[in-house]
Amino acid sequence: MGAKHFGARVTRLEDPALLAGRGRFVDDVKLPGLLHACFVRSPHAHAMLRGCDARAALIMPGVHAVLTADDLPAPMRDAPLPLLLPSPALNAAPTQTALARGEVCYVGQAIAVVIADTRYIAEDAAAAVIVHYDVLPAVADCRVAAEDGSPGAHNDLKTNLASTFRLAYGDTDAAFADASHVFREELWQHRGGGMAIETRAVLAHHEPVSDLLTVWSGTQTPHIGRRMLADLTGRDLQSIRVIAPDVGGGFGPKAIFYPEEAVIPAAALRLGRPVKWIEDRREHFLCATQERDQYWDVAIAVDDEAKILGVRGRMVHDTGAYVPWGIVMPYIAASTVPGPYVVPSYQLETVVVLTNKVPTTPVRGAGRPQAVFAMERLLDRVAHELKIDRAEVRRRNLIQPEQMPYEVGLTFRDGKPLVYDSGDYPRGQDDALALAEYDDFRERQKAALEQGRLVGIGLANYVEGTGLGPFEGVTVRVLPNGKVAVATGATSQGQGTRTTLSQIVAEQVGCRLDDVVMTAGDTAAISQGVGAFASRQAVNAGSSAQIAGQAVRQQLIALAARALGAEETDIDLDDGVATAQRGNKPSIAFGDLARLAQGVPGVSLPIGQSAGIEHTAYYTPSQAAYCSGTHVAEVQVDAMTGGVKVVRYTVAHDSGRVINPLIVDGQVQGGVAHGIGNALLEWMQYDANAQPLTTSFADYMLPMATDVPTCAIAHIETVNPLNPLGVKGAGEGGTIPAPAAIVAAIEDALAPFGVRFAETPLTPERIVATLRAAGAYDRLFAG
Amino acid sequence: MGKQATRVIVNGKSYARVVDARLTLADFLRHELNLTGTHLGCEHGVCGACTVLVDGRTARSCLMFAVQANGCKVTTVEGLAPEGELSVLQQAFIDNHGLQCGFCTPGMLMTLTELLRDTPDPSEQEVREALTGNLCRCTGYAGIVAAALDAAQRLRGAAAKPGAR
Repeated sequence: MGAKHFGARVTRLEDPALLAGRGRFVDDVKLPGLLHACFVRSPHAHAMLRGCDARAALIMPGVHAVLTADDLPAPMRDAPLPLLLPSPALNAAPTQTALARGEVCYVGQAIAVVIADTRYIAEDAAAAVIVHYDVLPAVADCRVAAEDGSPGAHNDLKTNLASTFRLAYGDTDAAFADASHVFREELWQHRGGGMAIETRAVLAHHEPVSDLLTVWSGTQTPHIGRRMLADLTGRDLQSIRVIAPDVGGGFGPKAIFYPEEAVIPAAALRLGRPVKWIEDRREHFLCATQERDQYWDVAIAVDDEAKILGVRGRMVHDTGAYVPWGIVMPYIAASTVPGPYVVPSYQLETVVVLTNKVPTTPVRGAGRPQAVFAMERLLDRVAHELKIDRAEVRRRNLIQPEQMPYEVGLTFRDGKPLVYDSGDYPRGQDDALALAEYDDFRERQKAALEQGRLVGIGLANYVEGTGLGPFEGVTVRVLPNGKVAVATGATSQGQGTRTTLSQIVAEQVGCRLDDVVMTAGDTAAISQGVGAFASRQAVNAGSSAQIAGQAVRQQLIALAARALGAEETDIDLDDGVATAQRGNKPSIAFGDLARLAQGVPGVSLPIGQSAGIEHTAYYTPSQAAYCSGTHVAEVQVDAMTGGVKVVRYTVAHDSGRVINPLIVDGQVQGGVAHGIGNALLEWMQYDANAQPLTTSFADYMLPMATDVPTCAIAHIETVNPLNPLGVKGAGEGGTIPAPAAIVAAIEDALAPFGVRFAETPLTPERIVATLRAAGAYDRLFAG
Repeated sequence: MGKQATRVIVNGKSYARVVDARLTLADFLRHELNLTGTHLGCEHGVCGACTVLVDGRTARSCLMFAVQANGCKVTTVEGLAPEGELSVLQQAFIDNHGLQCGFCTPGMLMTLTELLRDTPDPSEQEVREALTGNLCRCTGYAGIVAAALDAAQRLRGAAAKPGAR
């Protein structure tokens, strides 16, 4: 049977409601008696709390309560939020308490919450809460924090070093001793935010008759949130339901369990009224986790032919004030460096450092953009020094398809050996270069220069471990009205999960796409769930949808054969009808089969028949699924202003078999936009006291429609042999190599001035400063 | 808190309310009138998710008070097409994958509705420049730009035939 839905460019089932203004986001949920919350947050990056005076706030009309840590239920009152990803490599594992107790360690840390009739009144009252602080020295720069004698980010910790670990294989000492050439680079990638256009949001409601606590949360991980909430309130898991309704973008920061997700339910329980909190944009800048801050000091050893002999170095990772996701991100970064290349020896020392800034946890890319930046900058340096074309340097070092599966020699963050399951990296690079017309670029560059325009090209390759476990589940159930209900722990913040899973189920079950009824992001729908991160849902939930769909297909066929008096091999399932392909082709609709499967009260079911037509599958991947790609960026740089325009962008992307090219292209294009932001615009600035300075969209630049070209995208589909769909993740690959490719392109455009760049974002200010230091303007004006 | 009477025609329907003078137009639409299609992404006038038409021109409903709209005609995303139908532009968003999470989408639709009304045959650059007041974090804008150009073409085709919307 040819595929009808799987692989087709299906328009999304999610779209009509969202386009008509009938989406259902957390702030759209209306409940009678609803109260509104506003948090009182620390204005200091580091301070001891010396008391909180809420009297002025409490007498304001419309104010119902001002809660501090003492007012929270046990164990939430005292216990730090659970550490989601513990690691033996963590020296200190601080996580914050729901409301601060004793000490605050970053600007924006929640100290109290005001509950009032309206958000307006709650904000007025929050401003009237007086908190007394003893301000302590704060540390903003992780390199300073890593030194002896630095101020402590936490009063009770002897060191700011949360973790030091080494990833290594092969003999780097020998490789570097014997190498013809060794090149060293010091690199920095600065932190930015997730900046989903919908901010975080929590609405909690306790219904006393059923004793059910329902929490609507703009989260990527509702099942994890429910577990956390059960731990923090002492309630049974069954008495908590967490719903992630429509969520307006995630990008990583919404995968974390935050203090507000504990405090708002606690407030609703205490006051016996539903309570809602909608994060404002300033709070998102202050309190939603961020990413990228890493300082790399890396060197590469190569022979005369530019073949890599080894890579080694040290990386300092700023984890911010707490480590809610352990050391996952620096670990991913450290294990991503070798990428698609044969690197015979490798060693990286990683230091994870606490500072008085908001914690860093994965943001689209999760440590990989930094690692790819390090590797690709080193390869560009090799090309420059040895005067070999940059693409050729890479070509000589790429892992060949016949080397698959390729064992790198490290352990990945999934706990399994880092083994690339499949891929054709040379073809990916060749296809991208062909699509980008790379070979003709020097002519284009020359012609542009004659017109006074500086244009440049850059490329970058990457491999990304996607589809991480532990599992994701899907239940498929045929309903008496003939529709097919699908429930999953997977969640969607815009990835088109409903459409993708519907395609898989409809393909297997033989129903119309429109007849799939999806429930995602609701802990009441399926007992176990994990959620959206690590580009994992197509692999995990997609495979479960396939397995559950196949099982339901078998049940439908068996039941239809019995009902129609036919052989199972004669039954066809299509458009929600089972038809026997014999005789006068009798048929029976899925709805009628579902009724049959419910049996007759008191009457035994036929032997071999189970209750209802349904199956739940929890696919558990044996290891990560490694997707890969090549990006080629073409930019135009205005040397006078430092302005950069990305004029052309090309991607070759291998995410295995493509379930829906429309959606995958959208993920790649959106990821590239995020990468352009990281490369050129997004600068989350803190002063020396760790005071955030960019807390609005006027100060922090997101890419606009004029900043992001429409990408040319080539799909390389190497089938992943490890999961039943043959798929790999697609959500983050667009972002990962973009900063490396764009910075390389800028450097190429400015090659006449001989400048080199080692950081992102590369803002106009930095470009002008670099050109000035290189004497570029003297030459320009002299000319 | 000062209260003030305000009368606004929203999507062709007249509403009279007495509201706090400081209530934003966005909160008025969302929470007084239950028209929750208008979204708030920054509340400081940059992201454009809250864009509505006030007397036919795009406006940031987060930067206006409800009382400032007194006597005005406001169009929100809910007013772009009759219930159960989609406008040409909305349909073009589906066909060109012009949205992912859908949160910025209402603002995008309002901005582009104005653009296509005033500039029926926009260039890609004109579309992109019109969209600089609306941030999208999901799509990288490609599908939105394609949808706008596609809708413009369809609308021009329709305008050549009588009776088309």
